[in-house]
Amino acid sequence: MGTSFGRGGATNFQQDLVNADCIVIQGSNMAECHPVGFQWVVEAKARGARVIHVDPRFTRTSALADLHVPIRAGSDIAFLGGIINHILEGGREFREYVANYTNAPVIIDQAFRDTEDLDGLFSGFDPETRSYDPASWRYDGMEVASNAGSRDRRIAGGEAHGSGGAKLSHGDPPNVDPTLEHPRCVFQLLKRHYRRYTPELVERVCGVPREQFLEVAEALCQNSGRERTSAFCYAVGWTHHATGVQYIRTAAIIQLLLGNIGRPGGGIMALRGHASIQGSTDIPTLYNLLPGYLPMPTAGSHGSLRQYLDDIRLPAGYWGRSDAYMVSLLKAWFGDRATADNDFCFEHLPKLTGNHSIFPTVMAMLDGTCKGFFVPGENPAVGSPNAGLHRKAMARLDWLVVRDLVETETASFWYTAPEIETGELRTTEIPTEVFLVPAAAHTEKDGTFTNTQRLLQWHRKAVEPAGDCRSELWFYYHLGRRIREKLAASTEARDRPLLDLTWEYPTGGEHREPSAEAVLREIGGVGPDGRALPGYLELKADGSTACGCWIYSGVYADEVNQADRRTPGSEQSWVAPEWGWAWPYNRRLLYNRASADPQGRPWSERKRYVWWDADQGRWTGYDNPDVGATTAPDYDPPDDAQAERALDGRSPFVMQADGKGWLFVPDGLDDGPLPTHYEPLESPVTNPLYGRQANPLLETYDRPGNRYNPSGSTVYPFVFTTYRLTEHHTAGGMSRTLPYLAELQPEMFAEVSPELAALRGLVNGGWATIVTSRAAIEARVLVTGRMRPLEVDGRVVHQVGLPYHWGSNGLATGDGANDLLPILGDPNVHIMESKANTCDVLPGRRPRGPALVQLVEGHRARALDEERGAGAQAAEGDSPRMGRERP
Amino acid sequence: MSVPRGDGRSRARGEVVPEAEFRSYYGRPVLKQPAWTIEVPWYFAAGGLAGASATLTLGARLAGNHRLARGAGTAAAAGIIAGVPLLVSDLGRPARFLNMLRVVKPTSPMSLGSWVVAGFGPAAAGAAAADRLGVTPRLARTAEVVAGLLGLPMATYTAVLLANTAVPVWHEAGRELPLVFAGSAAASAGAAAAILTPAAAAGPARRLAVAGAALELGSAAAMERRLGELGEPYHQGAAGRYARLARVCTAAGAVTVGLAGRRRPAALAGGLALLAGSAFERLAVFRAGFQSAADPRYVVGPQRERVGR
Amino acid sequence: MTVTPLPTPTFGGGYDRQAGPRMGFFTDTSICIGCKACEVACKEWNLVPEDGPLALTGDSYDNTGALGANTWRHVAFVERQHEDQGLRWLMSSDVCKHCSSAACLEVCPTGALFRTEFGTVVVQADVCNGCGYCVPACPFGVIERRQDDGRVFKCTLCYDRLKDGLQPACASACPTDSIQFGPLEELRERADRRLETLLEAGVGEARLYLRDETGGVGGAGAFFLLLDQPEAYGLPPDPVSTTRDLPKLWRSAAVAAGALAAAVAVALVGDRR
Repeated sequence: MGTSFGRGGATNFQQDLVNADCIVIQGSNMAECHPVGFQWVVEAKARGARVIHVDPRFTRTSALADLHVPIRAGSDIAFLGGIINHILEGGREFREYVANYTNAPVIIDQAFRDTEDLDGLFSGFDPETRSYDPASWRYDGMEVASNAGSRDRRIAGGEAHGSGGAKLSHGDPPNVDPTLEHPRCVFQLLKRHYRRYTPELVERVCGVPREQFLEVAEALCQNSGRERTSAFCYAVGWTHHATGVQYIRTAAIIQLLLGNIGRPGGGIMALRGHASIQGSTDIPTLYNLLPGYLPMPTAGSHGSLRQYLDDIRLPAGYWGRSDAYMVSLLKAWFGDRATADNDFCFEHLPKLTGNHSIFPTVMAMLDGTCKGFFVPGENPAVGSPNAGLHRKAMARLDWLVVRDLVETETASFWYTAPEIETGELRTTEIPTEVFLVPAAAHTEKDGTFTNTQRLLQWHRKAVEPAGDCRSELWFYYHLGRRIREKLAASTEARDRPLLDLTWEYPTGGEHREPSAEAVLREIGGVGPDGRALPGYLELKADGSTACGCWIYSGVYADEVNQADRRTPGSEQSWVAPEWGWAWPYNRRLLYNRASADPQGRPWSERKRYVWWDADQGRWTGYDNPDVGATTAPDYDPPDDAQAERALDGRSPFVMQADGKGWLFVPDGLDDGPLPTHYEPLESPVTNPLYGRQANPLLETYDRPGNRYNPSGSTVYPFVFTTYRLTEHHTAGGMSRTLPYLAELQPEMFAEVSPELAALRGLVNGGWATIVTSRAAIEARVLVTGRMRPLEVDGRVVHQVGLPYHWGSNGLATGDGANDLLPILGDPNVHIMESKANTCDVLPGRRPRGPALVQLVEGHRARALDEERGAGAQAAEGDSPRMGRERP
Repeated sequence: MSVPRGDGRSRARGEVVPEAEFRSYYGRPVLKQPAWTIEVPWYFAAGGLAGASATLTLGARLAGNHRLARGAGTAAAAGIIAGVPLLVSDLGRPARFLNMLRVVKPTSPMSLGSWVVAGFGPAAAGAAAADRLGVTPRLARTAEVVAGLLGLPMATYTAVLLANTAVPVWHEAGRELPLVFAGSAAASAGAAAAILTPAAAAGPARRLAVAGAALELGSAAAMERRLGELGEPYHQGAAGRYARLARVCTAAGAVTVGLAGRRRPAALAGGLALLAGSAFERLAVFRAGFQSAADPRYVVGPQRERVGR
Repeated sequence: MTVTPLPTPTFGGGYDRQAGPRMGFFTDTSICIGCKACEVACKEWNLVPEDGPLALTGDSYDNTGALGANTWRHVAFVERQHEDQGLRWLMSSDVCKHCSSAACLEVCPTGALFRTEFGTVVVQADVCNGCGYCVPACPFGVIERRQDDGRVFKCTLCYDRLKDGLQPACASACPTDSIQFGPLEELRERADRRLETLLEAGVGEARLYLRDETGGVGGAGAFFLLLDQPEAYGLPPDPVSTTRDLPKLWRSAAVAAGALAAAVAVALVGDRR
């Protein structure tokens, strides 16, 4: 989303879904996982909207949808690419929107080669490093920003969660063809790229009958345009793919072509995995981002603040003010000690030396180079892919700190891990010292949740936390305070960053709880007069302002906790701007400039949202306009204009360097400018489109304990997908321990079709064992018509559904589905693949003890034998591509 | 009454998550199983015995058969003294037994029954005690009258109590069930009196036993005929076993008492058989209700027939 | 709201329309997403114990099974393959019906069950002596004796919350407004409109259940919009309050008592000592 539109947040808000004429929910079981937000879909349906659910399983969401389209897990790009092709071949795009608000007219460098030319690769591929040089993807006639080829800097552009457009270097405007006819213009490249994504191909790849596919494509086309809008909703059903970034990109292209971004009832609703996930990327818990999606500086290239700022500042759009954001952040952190003379303490920030995301860190634990692990509010022993490997990794640590509400499986791994039963781990031989620190629940502390639509909502403490339970804020504040006290006399340079921090917050109560409002105020920013700032346009690069997260600037405007506003919906407009506070600038619908035509008039009365009021000389409407308030539609920037003033008045995507929605991403994505269908790393079938079976840039960790199932293997013939249930919370620590929730879904189960049940001898209510190269687990069986085998490329593909909530602790216990998953990373954001992998299913319960390991190894050996056999055959001239090719 | 065929209960461990068939939700019962425990049918038997015995006492006294009156009065007292603890112990909160007398509710046979028991119990027990001890004869006679009259509802209200539920095999048998209970009560009262009274004075008791048995067997047959397929529980499971035992014991007891009741061993054997038959009858009815409530067919079938498809 | 509580009825127990606006539930199952928030909210508010055992039933996503002493809201999950409509997965949140003619209340010998000023039917836990009569009397199988307690329990329609001007916990928690709470008259109008909309949209199997006062329980304080026959959800298609037939039953009992008296009399006729 960041690369397509400029900001990584959902473009709309859930209440706006009621304005949609058609809602496509794909990659999300919205009713199940976002039941509260789903009310707006129900309301939209009551108002006449068509609701379509595309999903491998018939779920609670499908039950309420007008149409459920069963699809093979991992084939979404083929399906969505088919829709793009349907739009383009039929001339169904919203032409005026596309021509004015997207980069469709831009002509791309003549060196660019498409996957159609290179059998699944774009130009610039280096097989040695398995990476792309994006030089040939640039806009024709423009200099390309030197990105120094640092992947780790570039991911900071933040696709999955974040904000931040990728760079275009400043220079002359790009060469464009407003007629969209130039063979190298984005529009034509798009057409060519997706030409083979026909309904027939969709049927072949996705297992979706072409009539059903066309029903979806037509529903979208017919419900888009001036008078009508359609919305997409996705969640982790897209992001939890190792190619998930490109899934979302494909939907972004559709929505741009149909003119559905920035308009009421349109947009792409990115449903976050759980509470405040949006907030935890805005003010990140990610290793490669600073607050507000400012990239983490990189060792080597960012020796000084100047170097860093030169690198991140864009010539146009709001990223043109990066220096003000960064300096204000440093002022918030280091206060008076940050001065222009000392680069505002820039040197105190750690600098990245490589990929330090969770998976390389787990590998480092296994290798003995990472000695300690801090786990607040997470349960990797159940929730992480290949959880067994995580447990084995934790067994090699010196120390482990778990902060949680209950003793999770992560805290108890040293005596409850399944590996102890199999003999792979022995409690007496685990050196790890485990500290379980009790945490306060959200009802026991003040603070905000930033929800799926970037909305900050304040919650107040209802009760004091029991016993030794403390809030995170208390824990980190006092931890920092104590460390600083210990270091107070230090003269070591390495201790300066800690000692120079501003670490003074008012505290109160028996336990000296820091004031969460004071922290929020610091995040919202203060000006030279010490007053809270109204927003980030007031931030200065001269050190006179301080702001903990620039996109949150204004959350404490007028010295009022804006997140704590609770005006009832009945007392304000339907947009409800006085409920909580949304970043940026309390704007609920992003890019809403696009709800008006290039001249600033609403596209239609029905879809009126913001518009240009010529008499007043400013934008007006139902929401805060996402464009300079007085930037007239006919504004053209002078040559020396900077930041947002360098964009013309017809640029709704104000974070992008060219102000346009990007159909084609010239920079900012590691694995290509256009989404391309590759098979999942573990797939039952061959990629019918390209010689490349899987995405060539996947981050693989092929090592003992994390082997991959060969594609096309008959040993692992079924596709499985993992997911959550309404009744439980992620890895179960907050639900399996509660009787009212545990009793609702008391046991781990596997959902299979009647056909698969017949094939494998499974009975409803009985047991099944599921086997991959990583693990084997058991589950009770639910045989249901809601799971349907699909015909894919002439063969039947069975899919198995596995909820992943269970572990050894709590009231409702069971095997963890995530033990089955491989560790595998998306090239852009390192996210794992939990939605499309292969497995075997056997009737009955799994073996106990060492026999369990033998079962897993036996399967693996058979798969390798089969692979070698296929390889030998291939050497004899027969060339089945499947099963051998590694990306 | 017809009931749909098929068991409607392809429950778990079938091949598929069973499609809930049109007439049931995974074969689950529509009704709850009654909460009552095994004390209840025994109370029904004891209460029926007591009620009919008290009426017999009154009749015998009026007819001047004082020996029979004493025997029957003893049976009435024994029945109610045995019955009340059974009744109390079945309660979820026995200590709150007296809450039964908080209100008088004509819509609740249990409420009215409680008041009947409250009047009947002291009267029957007091009359018997006074008769044995030979004290307060006038009060004893009054008590006998009270008990004798209350004995009639005492012997029959329990049938209304059962019939006044949603359990098909009970509710739909509303017309015959009081007759079954009255017959059973009469048979047991006659049998008890025949045992407790010298043979020479026990003629009316034997006749009552035979008449009661005939009424019980006849009305039970009529009940099953009316219930039709709803009455299937009387042929299945525990209810079926109890129903067969009730028939055999009652018929054998009646024949024995009727033909050879003048002789003490026969009176004893036949009387005990009748008492057993009476208890088995209540057990059969009681268990049939549970079986009927457990199967959604009996609940849904007739209702579906009523509303049409 | 100023209403006077109804006295504990000694006869009938049917809802008296003089009492004030009757409050109730309209459960629109066509928009139920089966999230079970109602079940959990109910248990949280009313401190209803866990309804074990912790074992999978195999009956779709329903691991609760049925209403009972420890489950006052129950979400049913019905999977059904239709010839013309394909697969359907129906979800429906069931609850005590708070019948106009409530058999449980009518048969209760202690007056523990009473009709509130909101027209709802509630058990007074401090009066109930666990006689269990209400259990088989309920034509919906709702009320039940709690094993370790001895008394009966069922939905109170959150009597305590209603007294404080709040809506019941389940209705508050329902994210899609499948459970709607309000004055019954208003709910009935709303339900009629909703049914009309659905029928117009071609949802031919939509129907209202227990909406009318003509049925065997005289209408209910909790009624439903269903998408299949009631029995598919475990509901009786034509429930009748058993006390409707009580006069007939008493007559039968009188006949039986007369027969008993006659038998005694006949047996004594000609008795000579």
